[in-house]
Amino acid sequence: MPPIDPENQSKHSPPSRLFRDDTRFALGRIAVFQYLAVVIFVFLIGGFWVLQIRDGDFNKELAERNRIKTVPLLAPRGKILDRDGRVIVDNHSAFALTLSRETLKPEHIAAIAEGLQNIKAEEIRALVARAESRRVAKYVPLVIKQDLTPAELAFVESHADPDTFPEMELIDKQSRLYPHGGLAAHVIGYVGEVSEVELNSAEFAKYSQGEIVGKEGLERQYNDLLTGVNGQRRVVVDSMGREHGRPIENKDFTPGNNLQLTLDLDLQSVAELAMEGRRGAVVALDPRNGEVLAMVSHPAFDPNLFTGRIRAADWNELINNPESPLMNRAIQAQFAPGSTFKTIVTIAGLETGLLEPSTTVNCPGGATFYGHYFKCDEVHGTVDLHRAIVHSCDTFFFTVGNRIGIDHIAEYAELAGIGKKTGIDLPNEKDGLMPSQRWKLHVKREKWYAGETISVAIGQGAVTVTPIQLASAVGGLVSGGVWYKPHLVKNAHIDPPRRADLHPENVATIVSGMCGVVNEGGTGASAAIPGLEICGKTGTAQRISNDLAKSNKALGLAMRDNGWFVGFAPRENPEIIIVALWEGSGKGALSAPIVRDVIKAYFDKKARLARPGPAQLSLFAEPSR
Amino acid sequence: MARYRSFRDLDWPLLIISLIISTLGVLQIYSATHGDTPWRNAWWKQIIYILVGLGLMWLTTSVDYHTLLGQVPILYTLSVIGLIATVAVGNVVFHARRWIHVFGMSFQISEFVKLVIILMVARYLSELKSDEVSPRDLLKLGGLVAVPVALVYYQPDLGTAVTCVSVLAAGILLAGLRWQYIAAIALVCALAMPVGWYFIKDYQRARFLTFRDPSLDPRGAGYQVIQSKIAIGHGGIWGAGLTKGTQTQLRFLPAAHNDLIFSGFAEEHGFVGVVVALGLYFLLLMQIVQNAQTAPDRAGMYICMGVAALLLCHLLVNVGMVAGDMPLTGIPLPLMSAGGSITMSVFVMLGLVNNVRLRRFVS
Repeated sequence: MPPIDPENQSKHSPPSRLFRDDTRFALGRIAVFQYLAVVIFVFLIGGFWVLQIRDGDFNKELAERNRIKTVPLLAPRGKILDRDGRVIVDNHSAFALTLSRETLKPEHIAAIAEGLQNIKAEEIRALVARAESRRVAKYVPLVIKQDLTPAELAFVESHADPDTFPEMELIDKQSRLYPHGGLAAHVIGYVGEVSEVELNSAEFAKYSQGEIVGKEGLERQYNDLLTGVNGQRRVVVDSMGREHGRPIENKDFTPGNNLQLTLDLDLQSVAELAMEGRRGAVVALDPRNGEVLAMVSHPAFDPNLFTGRIRAADWNELINNPESPLMNRAIQAQFAPGSTFKTIVTIAGLETGLLEPSTTVNCPGGATFYGHYFKCDEVHGTVDLHRAIVHSCDTFFFTVGNRIGIDHIAEYAELAGIGKKTGIDLPNEKDGLMPSQRWKLHVKREKWYAGETISVAIGQGAVTVTPIQLASAVGGLVSGGVWYKPHLVKNAHIDPPRRADLHPENVATIVSGMCGVVNEGGTGASAAIPGLEICGKTGTAQRISNDLAKSNKALGLAMRDNGWFVGFAPRENPEIIIVALWEGSGKGALSAPIVRDVIKAYFDKKARLARPGPAQLSLFAEPSR
Repeated sequence: MARYRSFRDLDWPLLIISLIISTLGVLQIYSATHGDTPWRNAWWKQIIYILVGLGLMWLTTSVDYHTLLGQVPILYTLSVIGLIATVAVGNVVFHARRWIHVFGMSFQISEFVKLVIILMVARYLSELKSDEVSPRDLLKLGGLVAVPVALVYYQPDLGTAVTCVSVLAAGILLAGLRWQYIAAIALVCALAMPVGWYFIKDYQRARFLTFRDPSLDPRGAGYQVIQSKIAIGHGGIWGAGLTKGTQTQLRFLPAAHNDLIFSGFAEEHGFVGVVVALGLYFLLLMQIVQNAQTAPDRAGMYICMGVAALLLCHLLVNVGMVAGDMPLTGIPLPLMSAGGSITMSVFVMLGLVNNVRLRRFVS
């Protein structure tokens, strides 16, 4: 029922004086309204004072962050090239996924992880939590996945819109590519995301989470050199993320430095092929300067598996493989050198005068020392030094080794670098071991038994070497007693070599013996190449005693003798020295063809380059720019 | 009656102040919508609305307000029908039915309802015989206001509903109500609050919660509040300058040309601009109140005070909202926000005030 009926209208028209005066009753209440209005305006202005003046700077910063987006420009790592400038390690374009922590909604993480492969929601949460705990600025995007697959890329592109997962952002980057796969894998090493443990170490202190660092091999050794300096672009964006105008800051990245190696891709490939399907290592050095021309360790791995984050299955396969494919045998395998060690014993004997080239020993197939019978491979009859080296007569070296004594042997072995790191520019090189009376007393706290010298004289017993060590030791020895530190980077500063005043005629005696090994029907005859004076020495090194091998056939087979061959050429002023180790081959002579192949490749290439006309590098096409 | 009207007798200070504020509004609308946006025509449309509004204002002064009060039953019936029609066939914009299409134009019936409520409250209270509102009258008038307010609230348009109630509250307090009743109403409201919590809509509840703590949902319900506060703070003392506010220009500020126009204004003109603009609004209000004080009769006084109360409530709710002092309710800022219905209805209200003023010398 409407309370205002048309009849009442008459009261208002025309207005009377009575009504007009009547408004006075409300004047006080109108004043109250005015005061209320004042209070409300003061309250409103107070709110603006707080926002604009008291918190003005804070809000200005928020507005800046709102509109300014920081896009990291990731610097590519330097390439790794061979000695002729051919690419061994390259980069390729890839996308990485980042999350903005400013706009990240925790409830999105599970769905984002769902769209990606090989990453769990917990891992993303852990990354976020780690960034929080490290107090990384909130506007720095968090890299959560490198090298997106096409499927992941499609997922990100279709879900990164403002309504779905606006926190996702793609960034362009250059990712590591190893075009030759496992070639020289141990030398090169691999890269990966820096781990929490590494971040806390001094070596990686200056890196931050999500960055890619060298983890092994040269990638790690020269990580700082290879790593570039990242740039960043700061752009003005609107609420939809669209860029407006020119960037506020555009600091381009500085790419990492390229690394040129001393490795020769041609020799490396020949050595890799020769070791195909075999377990062991090949090291080729230039004894005139210590440059490493080839370094192979087999079995190898594909470093491409590691770029970014390695899959758990691949990792488990690598570390559980009994053949340890991740081990760089060239610098980490420590085995008895076997008869290759006779070169060291010979120089010790000749230099001390306890051995003459004319010294003869009768070999009836073995000899007894200190109540033990030590067996020789064959019955050699009466042998002098030359024939003893050529035919690797153990009886001869038992006898002269016994005469020279362990300390003289150790003195010259250590001079040549046996039993200590060569100092090659690779991480985690192993020492090997050169026993001596002092070593036994200090380490084993036992007296040296003279009988032990007999084994050491033929490179058995406690003495162990790494392939790089043996190559460096013998290479320096046959070069007349000049030992350069082996190194992998070309044009690097070369440390002055270690020199020993060896009598040239003593060195010539050893070289002549080693030449006979290959060219006079000796143990290394299979290394011979017509027209080339290749010299060398075989070594067959036992890993368990003959008695044990006989009593346990299975173990004997598993622990078959390692075959060594150390060879060099030419005879005068050697240019290349190569050590080939074939684990469990049973015979050193079998390693000789490996060395022969690499030496042949070296001299073939030398001849090819010496020919007039455009230089032909073979095998690998054009030198890179 | 036309003989009472002359341009000379209009309230010129009131007109000039309202036109200055409208000009600031047009500039701010231009700043917020220029360039490649769907609303880039909004600024000159707003000029047209203002001109039409001035015409309507003049038209409003032409009919004696007592005649208008006489038409309240018809106007009231029309407004209720219009509101029902809006709820039934109105256009849904941003989840609310507030507009109704007539002759190719959209109207917001609730703006018309505001005017009707001002007139109805004025008429009812001016007819009271005593200087005190009895509980019976209170219930009667409250019931009359409640019908359209409930329909407006149902659209849903909480903001407009609140401003309508403010007209009723101001009128009753001016008419005189015993403090016991005031205390009783306050008590009932306080008790009703927890109950009301279950009756308001989910999004309103979310808005209230995010008003208390915007960081609860920074990308959702809290987004507007956060961006609005950032924009205001970014203005600092002197402001970023017209068309230079990044929050406004880069569209971090949603609805920067209507509901949140004042935060864009605060970003581009700073604290100084805010004080000037609010000062102008204050002068505008005081000018209206002055007309109430000099009104020829109770009815005229109630009309002017109804307009003043409604505008003050609008200001408090809108400006308080953009500064984060009040929950989001989504009502425009009179004279500044872009929009035909609101602009025209404000000028009609100013026309009512002038109407009262023009008749004060009648004896």
